[in-house]
Amino acid sequence: MSAVQQYIDLYRSQRELIAGHSSQVMNALRDEAVALLESRGLPTLKDEEYRRTDIEALYAPDYGLNLGRVNIEVNPYEVFRCDVPNLSTLLYFVVNDTFYAQAQPVATKLPEGVIAGSLCEMSEKYPQLVARYYGRAADMKRDGTVALNTAFAQDGFFLYIPDGVIVEKPIQLVNILRGNVDFLVNRRLLVVVGKGAQAKLLVCDHSDESSVQFLASQVCEIFVDDDAVFDYYDMEESSENTAKVASVFVRQGARSNVLINGIVLHNGVTRSNYYSTFAGEHAELSLCGMGIVDKEQSVDTYTYIDHAVSHCRSNELFKYVLNGSARGSFCGRILVRHGAQKTEAYQGNKNLCASPLAKMYTKPQLEIYADDVKCSHGATIGQLDQNALFYMRSRGISESEARMLLMFAFTNDVIEQVRLDALKDRLRQLVEKRFRGELAKCSGCQACRQE
Amino acid sequence: MLKITDLHANINGKEILKGIDLEVRPGEVHAIMGPNGSGKSTLSAVLTGNPAYEVTRGSVEFYGKDLLALSPEDRSHEGLFLSFQYPVEIPGVSMVNFMRTAVNEQRKYRGLEPLSATDFLKLMREKREIVELDNKLASRSVNEGFSGGEKKRNEIFQMAMLEPRLSILDETDSGLDIDALRIVAGGVNKLKSEKNATIVITHYQRLLDYIAPDFVHVLYKGRIVKSGGPELALELEERGYDWIKKELGEI
Ligand SMILES: Nc1ncnc2c1ncn2[C@@H]1O[C@H](COP(=O)(O)OP(=O)(O)OP(=O)(O)O)[C@@H](O)[C@H]1O
Ligand SMILES: [Mg+2]
Repeated sequence: MSAVQQYIDLYRSQRELIAGHSSQVMNALRDEAVALLESRGLPTLKDEEYRRTDIEALYAPDYGLNLGRVNIEVNPYEVFRCDVPNLSTLLYFVVNDTFYAQAQPVATKLPEGVIAGSLCEMSEKYPQLVARYYGRAADMKRDGTVALNTAFAQDGFFLYIPDGVIVEKPIQLVNILRGNVDFLVNRRLLVVVGKGAQAKLLVCDHSDESSVQFLASQVCEIFVDDDAVFDYYDMEESSENTAKVASVFVRQGARSNVLINGIVLHNGVTRSNYYSTFAGEHAELSLCGMGIVDKEQSVDTYTYIDHAVSHCRSNELFKYVLNGSARGSFCGRILVRHGAQKTEAYQGNKNLCASPLAKMYTKPQLEIYADDVKCSHGATIGQLDQNALFYMRSRGISESEARMLLMFAFTNDVIEQVRLDALKDRLRQLVEKRFRGELAKCSGCQACRQE
Repeated sequence: MLKITDLHANINGKEILKGIDLEVRPGEVHAIMGPNGSGKSTLSAVLTGNPAYEVTRGSVEFYGKDLLALSPEDRSHEGLFLSFQYPVEIPGVSMVNFMRTAVNEQRKYRGLEPLSATDFLKLMREKREIVELDNKLASRSVNEGFSGGEKKRNEIFQMAMLEPRLSILDETDSGLDIDALRIVAGGVNKLKSEKNATIVITHYQRLLDYIAPDFVHVLYKGRIVKSGGPELALELEERGYDWIKKELGEI
């Protein structure tokens, strides 16, 4: 049986159960998703965009799914304790793929009109609002993993910021993976930032260090309306037994400003897709990320920026440090459509292969159909600078410390992109810890506990 | 303190040092001169343990220890310092972080507690004054975008921070303007004592006017072919190297 068939069969046999534990808005897309999955399947290594991650192999095992929404006993506050100074956030948890309602800030802490919470619950409570956005940016036809997620996702996180509202405090979502059998979770995030609104969302991924395998599928849709400002930080601090297949879809209105920063500090296999579309003029996107991988870990990033209208600006910077026999891949596609004049699009991908066995693949793809544009791209794969290493050692800095300083310096400009000072500081500590070989895993997450 | 015996070294299989003998005692200043490509920088690289070079024969003793058996960092901890002919730029690593790490690793080696942040900054300030290094440079990345002269000044600043027992200054005078030369040489002299020693590699007498050598050696084709007192440097300044080549029967 092919990897995908077991999911189609599972869906057919459990259709009622799945729908019974979710909302109408989410259920409305399932049949179409499964039909697409059946006709197109999951991506394979033959697909140009998936040559470096074997999606079929990731989905092939017989995972458990919590379709009946059985309660998983966990107190996230207890499980994830933090050993570093906290960042003060509005904190929410999703355990596996279920919103954890028992631990969330009281609604009065949110500015008036802001909605944050369980996607399933909020789509029952505000069906019209959610239906206006749910599944509208995530293109199921483009990617079988998105179709599969849409077929099975029953819950996740919903964030709505009404027009003109500025949420000062960062909002944080901690995803926790737990289980005692191999487990597949299908999580869904939906973010709507109204006209002129401002917010910052930090999503952190953790998994239980257990002997079971996790596959986490996450689809995140972000709608940023005209003149709005939104930051999305995605920080993975999972473990070697975790595979993550995540897609982020961003739609930006006129004059909006969006920052996406995807950071992989510790993981097993991670595939991240970032799709972004400019729907209004004079909008700006910073899309960046970094990854530190070693052992047999792998990180594979695909970005697609669609300059559909004129006068927009995108700035892309991804940096990876590979040790051990880690694998990395970056493929960055930029499309400047006909008539999208005065587009500025810059892309950079820099990689450091710090060990002889580490391998990195990088591929920029620029497609430009307008003539009055500024576009550039650059990709490098290098090793640690031997002269710099020796220079430092000649000053008494040990080789391991010198390597650490160089690797840290290498990633620093991605950390510098963070527009949240507390997170920046915290990231520096985590990255340093990671390079020192104490796994970055604080027993939880920087903001897992506060107050 | 330093005893080099019959030192031979290769780079990429090519022999550059072909039997060097040299002894340096505390309080002494040795100048090493010699035509371009004769192996002066190679000697300093080999002494400080640059892994690009392979020692094929000979020995080096530093305060009774087998220097060649030590890692570059431990050579530094033992009190050896090289002011690089070409200091390396390290983007993204701040001078402060770099120096703090270096100083504290040295302290650790000597069984001392790391310096507190205030004490460290105080030390930085003190030592910066010795070579009049601009505070702005100290807050930037290591050597990044520094001018040639600023880099050299920064080398001597680092020397002041680490207080070595033996310093090798590889063409520290090149790239310095007249005032900077005076300041940097003055800095070196301030750091001089009965207990430490200096090897000055240079092409010109003008540096030796400031840092008076006790001995002058001529390195040529990987060997020290002539040694003498300070007058040898003056003679070289006047006559160049041809007369030495003649003595060697080359011309
Ligand atoms: N990587 C290398 N491979 C081969 N030969 C090298 C390498 N590096 C240096 N050399 C050679 O070693 C010789 C000695 O070089 P070195 O830098 O020690 O000279 P130097 O005396 O310091 O000269 P200068 O006065 O110009 O600074 C030169 O002939 C140089 O070309
Ligand atoms: Mg030289």
